[in-house]
Amino acid sequence: MATPDLVLYDEEFTRIKDALSRLRQDANANVVFLVDKNGQQIAAIGDLTTLDTTSLASLTAGNVAATDGLARLIGEKEFSILFHEGEKDNIHISIVAQRVILVVIFDERSSLGLVRLRVRRATAELDKIFEDITAKVEREKQSLDVEMESPFSEITDDDIDRLFSE
Amino acid sequence: MTFINYAAREINCKIVYYGPGLCGKTTNLQYIYDRTNPSAKGKLISLATETDRTLFFDFLPLDLGTVKGFKTRFHLYTVPGQVFYDASRKLILKGVDGVVFVADSQEARMEANAESIRNLDKNLQEQGYEIAVIPYVLQFNKRDLPTSVPSDQMYRALNIKGEPTFEATATTGVGVFDTLKAVARQVLMELKKK
Repeated sequence: MATPDLVLYDEEFTRIKDALSRLRQDANANVVFLVDKNGQQIAAIGDLTTLDTTSLASLTAGNVAATDGLARLIGEKEFSILFHEGEKDNIHISIVAQRVILVVIFDERSSLGLVRLRVRRATAELDKIFEDITAKVEREKQSLDVEMESPFSEITDDDIDRLFSE
Repeated sequence: MTFINYAAREINCKIVYYGPGLCGKTTNLQYIYDRTNPSAKGKLISLATETDRTLFFDFLPLDLGTVKGFKTRFHLYTVPGQVFYDASRKLILKGVDGVVFVADSQEARMEANAESIRNLDKNLQEQGYEIAVIPYVLQFNKRDLPTSVPSDQMYRALNIKGEPTFEATATTGVGVFDTLKAVARQVLMELKKK
């Protein structure tokens, strides 16, 4: 397969959320979230009550994918930072660990300069976490003992029928 | 690329509806959206032109319930069918877990179906996937039209690997959920192998 499955365990999930919380605080942002490049939301921090984060995740990934396409057309590998400025709210988008997208939504209480600065610091931290995740998944794949057997190894037809029974 | 979140106990899968222009990919999603319990679905997003032709993609998130204690979330996407939107189609196939090919049953569209399957095969390969391996379902849509080609003839022309095949009329919903269920089944069964 083109990209390996993304598997997230509790420990790393907590580390990701901590890093995002810190970034939100340091950058004075409203919402900070992480999406993978295929449009699946990984984690979100901030005032999410009025936000449709699933749609936001999918559109962000589409936006980054389209911008990547544009970059290649002019001979760039990618545009690693995208910024959308609105009347009140702004969106700062950047790529982390080559495979995930960090999104920061902020208003006039912060500034583009501050956000960029804080994002840079958080990116280094997130890079490390995703490195650890990749290493952990590799380790588990290689270790032949079945201690961490996948919970899906026993999926049956009935399980799937039940999903569609309504 | 399935995303398994052990912390939130969620599995996220991406399913892409592929096919030639005006074959009914968006209509499939629209029907699923209309018939799904509001608590189980998100917003249906359509990036379409003013004349309602898909420009980039349609997107529908679905929560189907739990399997082995994990919430299963399916993200359904359509691609723009028109030939000249190939760049967009490639982007949407990124990280796909399963493909539904929607074929238009009208005689006049047989060549467009075949061309679109060739295009799918090529674009999947570019992303590092093999059509022979990836979960894949074939749907013959618009069976209600008088100009529709007999199913067995379509099957001979379009079948690739003996994939599950469904006759459908997406406007009235015939075959729509059967198709979705078949691809979801294959995607979840793939998890078993990992």
